[in-house]
Amino acid sequence: MHTLKFSRKSLGIPYAVYLLLFVAAPLVVLLYYALTNGQGQFTLSNLTGFFTDPNTMGTLCYSFAIALVTTVVCLLIAYPTAYILAMSRLKQKSVLILLFIMPMWINFSLRITALKEILTLIEGNLAYYPFFNAVVGMTYDFLPFMILPLYNTLSRLDGSLIEAAKDLGANDRNAFLNVTLPLSVPGIVSGVSMVFLPAMTNYVVLDMLYNSTYIMGSLIGSYFSAYNWHGGSMIALILLAIICIFTLLTRGMEDDSAETRVGGALL
Amino acid sequence: MSKEKIIELKNITKTYEDGFTAVSDFNLYVNKGEFITFLGPSGCGKTTTLRMIAGFEMPTEGEILLNGKNIASLPPYERPINTVFQRYALFPHMNIYENIAFGLRQKKMPEDVIRKKVKKVLELVDLEGFEKRRVSTLSGGQQQRIAIARAVVNEPEILLLDEPLGALDLKMRKEMQLELKEMHDRLGITFIYVTHDQEEALTMSDTIVVMSEGKIQQIGTPEDIYNEPKNAFVADFIGESNIFNGIMTGKLKARFCGGEFDCVDDIEEGTHITAVVRPEDVILTKPGEGTIHGKVVSVIFKGIHYEITVESGKSEMVIQSVNSAKVGDFVGMRVDPDNIHIMIAEDHTNYFMLDINQNYRPEFNGKVLDTSLTKIIKGSRRLDDGTLVDQSGDAIDPRRTRIQVSIQPQDITMTDHVEDGLIEGYISNLIYKGDHYSYVIHTDLEQDFIVDDEYLWNMDDHVGLIMPVEKMTFRLKK
Repeated sequence: MHTLKFSRKSLGIPYAVYLLLFVAAPLVVLLYYALTNGQGQFTLSNLTGFFTDPNTMGTLCYSFAIALVTTVVCLLIAYPTAYILAMSRLKQKSVLILLFIMPMWINFSLRITALKEILTLIEGNLAYYPFFNAVVGMTYDFLPFMILPLYNTLSRLDGSLIEAAKDLGANDRNAFLNVTLPLSVPGIVSGVSMVFLPAMTNYVVLDMLYNSTYIMGSLIGSYFSAYNWHGGSMIALILLAIICIFTLLTRGMEDDSAETRVGGALL
Repeated sequence: MSKEKIIELKNITKTYEDGFTAVSDFNLYVNKGEFITFLGPSGCGKTTTLRMIAGFEMPTEGEILLNGKNIASLPPYERPINTVFQRYALFPHMNIYENIAFGLRQKKMPEDVIRKKVKKVLELVDLEGFEKRRVSTLSGGQQQRIAIARAVVNEPEILLLDEPLGALDLKMRKEMQLELKEMHDRLGITFIYVTHDQEEALTMSDTIVVMSEGKIQQIGTPEDIYNEPKNAFVADFIGESNIFNGIMTGKLKARFCGGEFDCVDDIEEGTHITAVVRPEDVILTKPGEGTIHGKVVSVIFKGIHYEITVESGKSEMVIQSVNSAKVGDFVGMRVDPDNIHIMIAEDHTNYFMLDINQNYRPEFNGKVLDTSLTKIIKGSRRLDDGTLVDQSGDAIDPRRTRIQVSIQPQDITMTDHVEDGLIEGYISNLIYKGDHYSYVIHTDLEQDFIVDDEYLWNMDDHVGLIMPVEKMTFRLKK
C-alpha cells in the first residue's frame, strides 16, 4: 500500500513541473508586466488605460461583435448538421462526419488563402466588407469545433426520451423544444466556448484575409511589436479574466449534465 | 369486468427495411380494463407489437382499431395511450413535478389543475412530497414509480408497460408486481404489459399472449397457459417441463419415454404426439411398480423440494419431489393420466425448392446436388441433343420447372464445418425432447430448417446442414 501511494505521488511530479514551468511561471510574468510600468514600478495605469482609451474599447466591442456573430452563425449551421448526422441511421455516417472534420487536417494557412481567393473573386476587393469577411473566415475556420461537441451530445441522447415526450402528447416541434434542445445545452456550451473566445483573438485569420480591422488578438500583437510589453500583458490578462468568467458561468450547466450522466450510469 | 373490446389488432405484420419480419399476421383483441401480457423470449416481436400500439412503429400491414377506429397511422402524440418505458426515460433536466406535468402541459391545462393532478398521482405511487426532487437523486424503484405516475396522470385509455421491472432487483420486482396489480384494479385502465419473465406474467395477468418468432403461440388465462400448453414451445417456455415425442398406441394410451401411459386425451391411434409432463407431477415409486423406471443420475436440493433427474432408456425425466433419492438408485415413475398433457405433434418436415441450372443439374443455394434430374423426375430421359423430356416425350423447360424437396428433421445432420453443408445457418431455437434436441436453424435464405439431434448444440451456433440425397423426397412443380 505504502509503495503504491508513493509511486502514485511521484507520477504526478512531471505534471507538477510542467504546470509550474508552462502555466504558473508565465502567469506570474504576465502579472508582473501587466502591473508595472517601464521603470518596473507597480502601477494600475495599464488597467485604467485600457478602459479609458476609446481605441482599445472600440476594438474590444468590435471583436466581441465578430465573435458573437461568428458563434451564432456557427451554431446555426452546426446544430442542424450535427442533429441530422446524429439522428440519421445512415451506414456511411462516419464518412459524412469525416467530411466535416477533414478540413481541420489541411494546413490552416492554406485553407484561409483559398478562402481569400474565393472571396476576392466574388467581392472584387476584400476591403469592401471587412466585418463580413472576418465572420466568414472565422466561421469557416471554427465550424468543426462547433459541430463535434454538438454531435457528441446529440448522438448520446437517449432516443427513448424523445419517444417519451411524443408519447406524452408532444408533437415533433414541442418534443424538440422541450427535450432535445435543453438536453443538448452541454454540447452548445462547449461548442460556444470553443468558438467564441478564439474568434475574439485569432487575428491571423484577419491578417491572411488582408483585413485591416483590429480585434483583440491584433491589439495584443501590436503592443508587443511596439515593445509595450506592459500594455500587451494587461490586455492578455483581461482576456484571461473574460475566459474565467465565461467558464464559471457555464460550469453550472456542465456540472448538471455530469450529474445526470452519473445518474444514468447508476440506473 | 366489462367485455367491451378496447383495442383490436388485425392481421398486423411488421417487416423492417432489411427484410426482417418481427411480427407476422398478428390478431388479437383486448377487453376494456383487462391486464394482458405479451410473453416471449427476446426477439419474439412482443416489444415491436407494443411499439406499434404506442405509435413508435408503423405496421407494414394490418389495422389497429382503438374503439373501432383505425389508428395504425396516427402519430404517438395523437393516441390516448401512454407508455412506461423499459428504462423509465424520465427527463433528466426536469424535476419530478415537471416530469409528471409534461403530458398535462401539452394539453394546455391550467396550472392549478396540473398541481392538483400531480399531487394526487404522487400519492397514488406513494411518493408524496417528491415534487422538487431531481430525477438523479431517486432510486431505481422510485424512478419506476415516477415513470408510472407520469403515464397514468394523463388518464390514458390504455397503459403500455415495456418490461418495466427488468432493471429492478428481485425483491423490489416482487413488491412492484403486487403494487402494479393493485394499481390496475384501482385505476381500471387497460394494461398491456410486455415481459420475458414467465413468473411475472403468471402472477399479474388476466390474459397472457405467448409469442415466439413474431407469431402468437397461445392466448389464454395464466391457468390455461400453464396447464394446457398448446404446443411444445409454450410448454417449454412456461414453467419447467419434460417434453417427449411419442405415439398414440390405443384408446387413451400413449407411448413415450419408454413406457405406455394412460392419458385423458382421446387421439387417434398411431398419431405422432408430443407429451408434456410437469416435474412436480411425476410420482416416484419403488422399482417395478411404476409405468417406467430408470436410474437416478442427479439430485439437487432446491429448498422446498429436490430436483431429481432420472435416466430412462434414451430419455431423461426431471422430477420435483419432497423425498430425496440417491444417485445410482433404480426407481419407478408414474404420472396420473390427468397430469399428462398430450398435443398432436406438429409436422416438422422441412420443405425447400431446388433450381435447375443450364446443365440440367439440380441446384440448391448455389450448390449442385449429387443426383440427376432423370433420377428425380420419374420416367424422364435425356435426348441426344441434351434436352430433357418427360415420360410422354415433352421437353422440360429448366427455367419453368422447380423441384420441391422434403426431408425429415432426423435426416439432417449438423456440422461445424459449415462449408460441408448444403446450407449454413445459426441455431435460433432449441427444445429438449427427452431423448433428443429439436433445433430451429435460421438460414440466409429466409427459411428455417428443423433438425433433430441427440447432442446438445448452443444457441447461435453457426452450423452447416448436411442433407443426404437418398433421404430426400422430390416433387415436381411447374
